[in-house]
Amino acid sequence: MTDLPTRSIDLKNVLSGSGPTADHSEGMSYLQSVPRRIVTLYLPLAIIVVILLFPFYWMALTSVKPDEQLLDLDRYNPFWTWSPTFKHFHKLLFESYYPHWLWNTMYVAVCATVLSIFASVLAAYAIVRLRYKGAHLVGGLIFLAYLVPPSILFIPLATVVFQYGLFDSPLALILTYPTILIPFSTWLLMGYFKTIPFELEECALIDGASRWQILIKIVLPLAIPGLISAFIFCFTLCWNEFIYALTFLQSTSNKTVPVAIVNEFVDGDIYRWGSLMAGALAGSLPLVILYAFFVEHYVSAMTGAVKE
Amino acid sequence: MAEVAIPRAKPQMSEASAWNQLKHNRNWLGFWFMVPAMAFLIFFLAYPLGLGIWLSFTDTRIGRVGHFVATENYEWLWDDSIFWLSVFNTLLYTFVASALKFAIGLYLALLLNENMPFKAMLRAMVLIPFIVPTVLSALAFWWIFDSQFSIISWSLKHLGLISQNINFLGDTTWARICVIFANIWRGVPFVAITLLAGLQTVSPSLYEAATLDGATRWQNFRHITYPLLTPIIAVVMTFSVLFTFTDFQLIWAMTRGGPVNATHLMATLSYQRAIIAGQLGEGAAISSAMIPFLLAAIMVSWFGLQRRKWQQGESND
Repeated sequence: MTDLPTRSIDLKNVLSGSGPTADHSEGMSYLQSVPRRIVTLYLPLAIIVVILLFPFYWMALTSVKPDEQLLDLDRYNPFWTWSPTFKHFHKLLFESYYPHWLWNTMYVAVCATVLSIFASVLAAYAIVRLRYKGAHLVGGLIFLAYLVPPSILFIPLATVVFQYGLFDSPLALILTYPTILIPFSTWLLMGYFKTIPFELEECALIDGASRWQILIKIVLPLAIPGLISAFIFCFTLCWNEFIYALTFLQSTSNKTVPVAIVNEFVDGDIYRWGSLMAGALAGSLPLVILYAFFVEHYVSAMTGAVKE
Repeated sequence: MAEVAIPRAKPQMSEASAWNQLKHNRNWLGFWFMVPAMAFLIFFLAYPLGLGIWLSFTDTRIGRVGHFVATENYEWLWDDSIFWLSVFNTLLYTFVASALKFAIGLYLALLLNENMPFKAMLRAMVLIPFIVPTVLSALAFWWIFDSQFSIISWSLKHLGLISQNINFLGDTTWARICVIFANIWRGVPFVAITLLAGLQTVSPSLYEAATLDGATRWQNFRHITYPLLTPIIAVVMTFSVLFTFTDFQLIWAMTRGGPVNATHLMATLSYQRAIIAGQLGEGAAISSAMIPFLLAAIMVSWFGLQRRKWQQGESND
């Protein structure tokens, strides 16, 4: 690829491994003294990490603080509470549609993701391995589709959704989300399929397997890490999606978590902050848990789509 | 033997080959495999894209079919000061946020690339802002930037730096700073982690050789890291610019375009005009006006990529 000695991106190593210095773990850091490393490395890193994580701490703290402590910053230390309460979560779970919204979000995200992965597996395999006439062009077009943002599509899509009678139904989201997910996951899976040795498929072809059998029995089992990456990344994108859900859904009980929190919880009540933050926290937790289990897949999805 | 068999087998053979052609010909097979993905992309992406441009030339409203009005919507927008304010806001938001995201992201990537304890955990934690849905973290920022109970105002007051609460989201300048800050906060992890992936492909022997030759840390960065990282920088920044330019949810959750339209981006303005006010045609004109900017951003990065391929001696495929 280049004249300079470069290494291919080892996706698994981005987070856990030590990268190029694995063989001599100290690297060149012995050239720096400890005080110098504290000032140039640990201090700036600590500041950035604290800023990045503070909003979550604040979200979590607000959601367990009693109301009177929330608004009285002078009598209580605002950075901590000694009397946590689960009142806000209780209100969320038993006095609002929150479980409904959580279920809607999950349902839409899973359906849209499964549909998109199915379509992308077929498309990616066809582009990479069948190499039909114009496969290159189609690959390029799919990449372009990735660059079309939802915020220029939501107005015409709203009229389309209305015409098809899908307005205010989860089906509207299940059918429109794949336009965001398919380009991304096709591109990601194309990268994975390219790494599977072609010889395996040749052997199967000689033994009389059809393309479909090859895809199901040989390619997919070998591409499982890629499938997991694509799946959880698509799921996260669905969970995060806002503008389509805001435009296409109307009735309170049909909404997804992000839209519902912004529209239904924001009222004039000065004590709304506790339940608002509890809702935000509960809406983020499923994704954070998923992320905790699949960090490496997540990163490989993120960097894999950019790598091409 | 063959001469005897052929007349009988012939009709059967040709029938089978027509079916076989659909089943085994690589072009037809490729077509079947592409059908699901293409159906989605054509019906819900390409068609709406064209429909949006068509709508921008009509006076469609919610519940009423529009008539062709040529460029009336655009002429109307040309004289609309709020539209131009939103264009200015969008450009300001995109440039400032993208530049800072790049700078901080690159810096963070370089820091994370060093050897240190708990490295894996640190890297995983850095990515959390990117995982959490934007709207939900925007709500946290909304609370942090509250006019009365802001923790930032409280801390600054106790440090003796200010005497009055800062009206973060009520003042035009502060509101812009706040939404840009929230956008940077959300975008830095993505830039940092992808650049970190790029950094790990740079062989450490290059730095060792350069250091032996007396290169300083800055020279190491400028002449080794940066040139080897440019391909990935180009891609990451294209994505970053595109998604910042078309941002909607962060603004909608924090300010809804206020105060006095100071944080209205083109996306939020088009939502307000099209869905809330019901003027679908005008809203479509605003969102179609984003397309030239997006094309420009894509072109810049595209030609950037082409040039680098050539520099690295790779064939342009």
